[in-house]
Amino acid sequence: MDVTYELLVRLVPALADLPSWLVVAIVAGLPALACFGFMGVGPVVYVYAERKISGFMQDRLGPMRVGKWGLLQTIADTFKLLFKEAIYPKAVDRKLFILAPLIVCTGAFLPLVVVPWGARLQAADLNVGVFFVAAISSLSVVGLIMAGWASNNKYALFGGMRSAAQIVSYEIPAVMLLLVPVMIAGSMSLQDLVAVQAGGLQNWLLFRYFPLMPIAFVAFFVAGMAECNRTPFDIPEAESELVAGFHTEYSGFFFAMFMMAEYTEMFVISAVTSVLFLGGFLTPFPGGWLQALGPVPLGWFWLILKAWSLIFVMMWLRWTLPRMRVDQLMHVAWKVLLPIAFALVIVMGGLVLWPATANGFPWDRYFGWPLTVLLFGFLIVVMVRALRWNRRRAQELAA
Amino acid sequence: MTQWFKDVWEGFWTVLVGMKVTWRHLFTQPATLQYPSFKWPLPPRSRMRLFMHYEDCIGCGQCARACPVSCISIKTEKRDKDLPPAFAATGNPIKLNVTVFDIDMSLCCYCNLCTYPCPTECLYMTPEYEFATSDLTHHLYRFAKKDAKFLTENPKKKDEPATPAAGAPAPPAAPAPPAKPSEA
Repeated sequence: MDVTYELLVRLVPALADLPSWLVVAIVAGLPALACFGFMGVGPVVYVYAERKISGFMQDRLGPMRVGKWGLLQTIADTFKLLFKEAIYPKAVDRKLFILAPLIVCTGAFLPLVVVPWGARLQAADLNVGVFFVAAISSLSVVGLIMAGWASNNKYALFGGMRSAAQIVSYEIPAVMLLLVPVMIAGSMSLQDLVAVQAGGLQNWLLFRYFPLMPIAFVAFFVAGMAECNRTPFDIPEAESELVAGFHTEYSGFFFAMFMMAEYTEMFVISAVTSVLFLGGFLTPFPGGWLQALGPVPLGWFWLILKAWSLIFVMMWLRWTLPRMRVDQLMHVAWKVLLPIAFALVIVMGGLVLWPATANGFPWDRYFGWPLTVLLFGFLIVVMVRALRWNRRRAQELAA
Repeated sequence: MTQWFKDVWEGFWTVLVGMKVTWRHLFTQPATLQYPSFKWPLPPRSRMRLFMHYEDCIGCGQCARACPVSCISIKTEKRDKDLPPAFAATGNPIKLNVTVFDIDMSLCCYCNLCTYPCPTECLYMTPEYEFATSDLTHHLYRFAKKDAKFLTENPKKKDEPATPAAGAPAPPAAPAPPAKPSEA
């Protein structure tokens, strides 16, 4: 608050002369409005990105007609959905039918309360922040199963049941893996989790305890993706088996709310993953370089950059992998992710007790992060080589 | 246990392989052509909408007889004797007044059989293919004109002093347009 106050007063000196209650309202309200606007507009951006990326990955162009490069396409779609009639089929349970998208949206948007945008830019720094995220984001399963039940449609009910089975299964490894960074930080507050990673790239939790934290990162990301019903795990709305899953009977704005919830959940999972493993709002440069540009804090920029990169990876995976079967999904949750999560919790629990700076030597950072950089560097080299191969191929074809 | 680790590693690794493939395609040139703004070039003999050049039609009706789906309907009457003589561009005298020459493109099967028998090459396929309409009757093209301006002199007559010496083929050979295949 005081940082924002100083910034706003420096930008608009007349602010200091206003009565204090008005100043507080403005200083608190502007960032809140900015965050809310960002969140509300977010799904529009993500849907556009999703369509464009899917298009490019399939050698298509994606939306191109509405606006330059189709930039206004999702805005037009939003207006279409807003103005469409909300259809209530005869057999639906109207109360639950209306309530379901509201609950799903609540479950998707509420975790944003604890997402830290900066050292002091956070709606509420709960001391149980991580727990809050896990608890609230599984609230949406109630909404999904409610939507499936209220629709009075067998496909919708199947979708609701599947989503319940899926989210309940993946919640367990996800929460276990949440414990790993929490054990290192010794706190559940997301601010403390970020603070423990301060001081540059090598302190990010992803790069510590070399093979363990990267595994935890990947496993948590997979579990998170399963929790927001993204494609390798999107059996609740598998359009080739169930017509559209739990939102088969929804139209107009209620359908838009389901879409908004899905994409916001994507952002929440990405933001929480980047807070837990990628340093949250911290700059990757050592010495806090570019943490703030003059008086303007850049924490939100780094958080959004990290979260959007993870969202891109989600979209990338979506257009790479086919949908899993139900038994495969359960296999991954119970026989792969859960043993990994338990093993990590036990091993990390032991390692955290062993002081990381034994003999004044923070071994996990010096030992771990070059290896991790090597690992990820290898992946980057593979991707760059693929790109070069691509270009050569294009030249060969042109020749 | 070893098998479990192997399976997990294989699952992770094959996902990366798949991601490499999609990554590669992320940067390939899209195959899409923005259709109404850009169009694929058509091959030179593409068979699209029929067109009839009315001033060259002698009303012989061979195209209507050749049509397998009877989409061409022709009505003719004798040309008035008082009118000046009329000739097609190929030199054929026009002795009939074509009052109706309708082609129903909604029936047309684009077989191109009608254009071969035409003695004056006045009926041909154009590369025009964007003629979708909301009304089926818009596909009935009426080619007969009331105010057609026919050639009053035989355009081939000037050449005739040269040709009779060489043996004089009685029907003036129509110069085949380059788009047409050989007469065989």
